Amino acid sequence: MSQLKELTLQGLWKNNPGLVQLLGLCPLLAVTSTITNALGLGLATLLVLLGSNVAVSLVRNHIANEIRIPVFVLIIASLVTVVQLMMNAYTFGLYESLGIFIPLIVTNCAIIGRAEAFASKNAVLPSALDAIMMGLGFLLVLLILGGMREILGQGTLFDGADLLFGSWAKGLRIELFTVDSHFLLAMLPPGAFIGMGLLIALKNVIDNRIKQQNAIEKGSIARARVTGAAQ
Amino acid sequence: MIRVVSKNALALGAVAIFCVAVLSVVNQLTAPRISEQKLANKMAILAEVLPGVEINQALLHDCVMVTDEELLGRSEAQTMYRWRKDNELAAYVIAATAPAGYSGNIDLIVAIDPNGTVLGTRVLSHQETPGLGDKIESRRSPWIHSFSGKSVTEDNAQQWAVRKDGGNFDQFTGATITPRAVVNAVRNAVLFVQQHPELATLTANCPTE
Repeated sequence: MSQLKELTLQGLWKNNPGLVQLLGLCPLLAVTSTITNALGLGLATLLVLLGSNVAVSLVRNHIANEIRIPVFVLIIASLVTVVQLMMNAYTFGLYESLGIFIPLIVTNCAIIGRAEAFASKNAVLPSALDAIMMGLGFLLVLLILGGMREILGQGTLFDGADLLFGSWAKGLRIELFTVDSHFLLAMLPPGAFIGMGLLIALKNVIDNRIKQQNAIEKGSIARARVTGAAQ
Repeated sequence: MIRVVSKNALALGAVAIFCVAVLSVVNQLTAPRISEQKLANKMAILAEVLPGVEINQALLHDCVMVTDEELLGRSEAQTMYRWRKDNELAAYVIAATAPAGYSGNIDLIVAIDPNGTVLGTRVLSHQETPGLGDKIESRRSPWIHSFSGKSVTEDNAQQWAVRKDGGNFDQFTGATITPRAVVNAVRNAVLFVQQHPELATLTANCPTE
């Protein structure tokens, strides 16, 4: 149970692939122009990550150390191709709008990073949990960034959700405000970089707050002594 | 040493074979569905540029490959469908490319009746700036509908331009190059149809997928 808690904390916050490990930035920055694209790519990445962690964990004792990396790459590339074929078959519109970024999941270092750092050393269940939490962490960052950019850029949320979920999802589209000309900076890649920077800064601020809070709670004696020594 | 290496090579080969096997199975399973989706997508687009027309297999098979780099924008052959109503040629649906987009090619599909009147046009793919140039998409702006019913004659060639250039078509705030490219491409597609009356009688020669 404590392992689950630890893995959750690591994936979603302490070691978030988007905000802390800064892995997979290329798709993260490129496709987050709308929350729908972000959700599509996030789910695809989560699926690949889960599959690759489970597969790597299953074969970890049968594969010699020297060839582990090529084997991981093979596994990941195959999984990505499977996901790509599935998306092409079942979510054609989204497949078209994510374009090159689906095959590029192969090069998302977060995936091979988790295979090497976690799945190759742990049993199947914890590896699967690690994949889910890391994938969720990545998905959350994508969603926040996608939401921010979509609201600022075109004043909507879930624009084009029908590409992902089918025609019923047209109703999900929320028009927050209408603008004659969009706020371009938010929609173009520089906006993604700036938004990403702000998110990382925000996380660091929260981390620092927590650290200070903890220091205060640990007792004022230690603090008093430090102040005293300084005088 | 050699034993370890060959053992590893064999293991790697086995993993590769396994991966290929899985991929072949998935490919086999999804292939019919993928071609179905592609066909549905194609038919949906044809239905948009030919309003009120029932899109059927006959239309899809009545297709010729045409090449004209100057007017259709690509050096390779592009597809053109011929829609016949009661055995009478009623419209050409032609794929055209605007090579002068702001960031690369803009692929269009244009439905034109044999006299050279545009019935409808849609953008198939483009890389124009989101928020500026992407107003050429029908889901972002009705601009692309402004071509419907327009024809090219010797008198009105001047009007086939954006307003900034003295024509009849709106440009977008902050984006003139994109609509200019689209207007030119649509006009060229009409000219192509007008200059090639023999298109109606060519035998269908599109490769079947």
